[in-house]
Amino acid sequence: MNNESINLQIGGGATCYSVPIGPVHPALKEPIRFQFDLDGERIVGVDIKPGFAHRGIEYMGMRRNLIQVLYLAERICGICSISHPLALTQAVENAAGIEVPPRAQYIRTIIGELERIHSHLLWAGVGAHELGFDTLLHLTWKIREKSMDLLEQLTGNRVDYAIPIFSGVRRDIPDEKAHLAYEALDYYRGLLDKMIDAYLHDKSVEMRTRNVGVLSHDDAVALCAVGPTARASGVKKDVRQDMPYLAYADMEIKAITPEDFGTEPVGDVYDNIIVRLLEVAQSIEIIEYCLENMPKGELMSIPKIPALLAVLKKAEGEGIGRHEAPRGEVFHYIRLEEGIEEPVVWKVKAPTYNNLMAWVPKFMGDEVADIPIIAASIDPCICCMDRVHLVDRDGEPSVKLKEELVRLSREKTRRICG
Amino acid sequence: MSATLVSSIWQGVIILFGGTFLGMVYKGFDRKLAAQMQGRIGPPLRQPFYDVIKLMIKENVVPDHAIGWLYNLMPIAALVAAATLLFYIPLGGFAPLLGGYGDLILILYLLAVPSLAMMVGGFAAGSPYATVGAQREMVMMMAYEFPLAVTLVSLAWRASYLLPGQPVFSLSVLAAHPLWGAVGPLGVIGLVLLFVALLIVTPAELTKIPFDIPEAETEIAGGLLAEYSGRNLAMFYLADAVKMVVMASLIIALFFPYGLAAVFGLTGGWGSLLDVAFYLVKVFVVIFAAVITVRVGFARLKIDQVTRLFWLPVTGASLVGLLLLALDRIV
Repeated sequence: MNNESINLQIGGGATCYSVPIGPVHPALKEPIRFQFDLDGERIVGVDIKPGFAHRGIEYMGMRRNLIQVLYLAERICGICSISHPLALTQAVENAAGIEVPPRAQYIRTIIGELERIHSHLLWAGVGAHELGFDTLLHLTWKIREKSMDLLEQLTGNRVDYAIPIFSGVRRDIPDEKAHLAYEALDYYRGLLDKMIDAYLHDKSVEMRTRNVGVLSHDDAVALCAVGPTARASGVKKDVRQDMPYLAYADMEIKAITPEDFGTEPVGDVYDNIIVRLLEVAQSIEIIEYCLENMPKGELMSIPKIPALLAVLKKAEGEGIGRHEAPRGEVFHYIRLEEGIEEPVVWKVKAPTYNNLMAWVPKFMGDEVADIPIIAASIDPCICCMDRVHLVDRDGEPSVKLKEELVRLSREKTRRICG
Repeated sequence: MSATLVSSIWQGVIILFGGTFLGMVYKGFDRKLAAQMQGRIGPPLRQPFYDVIKLMIKENVVPDHAIGWLYNLMPIAALVAAATLLFYIPLGGFAPLLGGYGDLILILYLLAVPSLAMMVGGFAAGSPYATVGAQREMVMMMAYEFPLAVTLVSLAWRASYLLPGQPVFSLSVLAAHPLWGAVGPLGVIGLVLLFVALLIVTPAELTKIPFDIPEAETEIAGGLLAEYSGRNLAMFYLADAVKMVVMASLIIALFFPYGLAAVFGLTGGWGSLLDVAFYLVKVFVVIFAAVITVRVGFARLKIDQVTRLFWLPVTGASLVGLLLLALDRIV
């Protein structure tokens, strides 16, 4: 950083500093750039510049066969490592018309909900760290280890579980391993009250999060926010509730809003904590239901990989897959053509993409000291979100408006689809 | 004459190195205990020594936009001011070396110097993060200096009626005549309020959570210290360690100057040894109560919240303490 980055603009008697945060800054866990206009410590303007984590994953996927794409999808992000495969498998199964056995659907649900538990706990820890409350960070992450251990015991891996495959799942959760899951669920159930006490009844956390980073109900709807970010503003929006899939259809899933905690939704950071902590409780219930009601039966409707590849190669059509990831709705679109092993089009839209614009009303009017916690409040996952990076021919990245982007996208789609 | 001078110099050297060493040891305890309370293993107790040695041999970077001489001078100013404080504070039950040459008011000023030096250094660094940190430090000093001054002055003022004709602003006089026994019940309540105010000021004076706003790692990347490295950073680190001992010793001298030697009827070498050991325990207890547990148990506050906290409740507490001490004299 150098002096050029402080633009002293004196106009109308007000002194306005322009301060860049990122792409590398301790408040940010992943690269993204904010340009803040500050009046003293108060934020009066913000510009967001993503694009630092774009790796061309969709392009890579369109040059690989679908089984390889599945592994690629798992590695779009390290925290959402089940969300992307779950959405992708549903998209491909939708396109190719493949049935998934009920037991496999339940196993997918269990792993998906375990991911929600560990992801929300990870977020809570990061949030505490951004507030300068490292004690809470360390204790939360210690608790989180239990879900990571359980995932390792059930799938063999801590991070990339490699569980879903087109037409089913790769590993069973046998009855003799179910007790491990019950043990972990009891562990979390016992700690839940303590966590709510530590986060929601702590004066110093409340002082830093109440009425900070407010996203109003109307803004959340207008900006198409998803996941806990929208629910904290009182928008009852949850893919598991609105369009049930997998085992969720067998359950009564209700979108969690701060009302479930007995408070009116404000849409601030405190409400985000409420929603995420209550969702951990909800996930415990869901996993327990799945374990108790898991149907017997096969794991894959097409167990042989060569047969599966043959079916996929023959498939023709397009499909979508949606999953309520810990951060909100993740959406995969896939287009398959007969005789071509690779997907012709693969689009990934991660929840952070929707929530990006929610940052603007959240930042406005708050202070420099609130930047880290507001940035963290939508639980941004930049590597999930960065699907595009504009670079002009002369090498200068530029800003494109909506109409221009739509035109370019249509051109590209026509080019790809011939 | 020259013999006393030589002995004074030796004492000075011992105090200087002993005080710094103690500060580092307490820093080690601070880190280890905080880690244990957070469910971590934590570094070994001698980690602060490793840190300083490593900083000393690392490159001392001066940013292009910094005002070089000011930027390099400030760590020295901070360390010198902190070290000078050691000569005016009773350590281990002994009277301060330069006790006759400076009193509470001087201590008050010297305490502000390391913070001021960090502030000037931050402004001189030419980085936006350091500038924001320096502004925050400035606001925070304005917030906590007033209750600190009120506390110290009220104690001396009350003592002036109990010890007529004595230099009541001298710390050794105050330490020799603790007020607890000399005032009535109202006065005791007042003293408790002043004590609490001083305890709350301590982490702010030392820039520890919840008052580490000028450094705020997650917000402004270390703020004041963002650009400092190598030898300069090591000097700020040492100044911080010394200041921790000084603040704890100040609280002990004002409120708990008692020794154990008299209780056990020990005199001479063994008595001094016992008193020094007891003093070390007292410093630890104060640091544990005012710094370690506080920094483990709270989130970082915002600058407006800190200002409100110090100007309203803490200043209020110290003023009520002063009032109660005054009432106690009348009643």
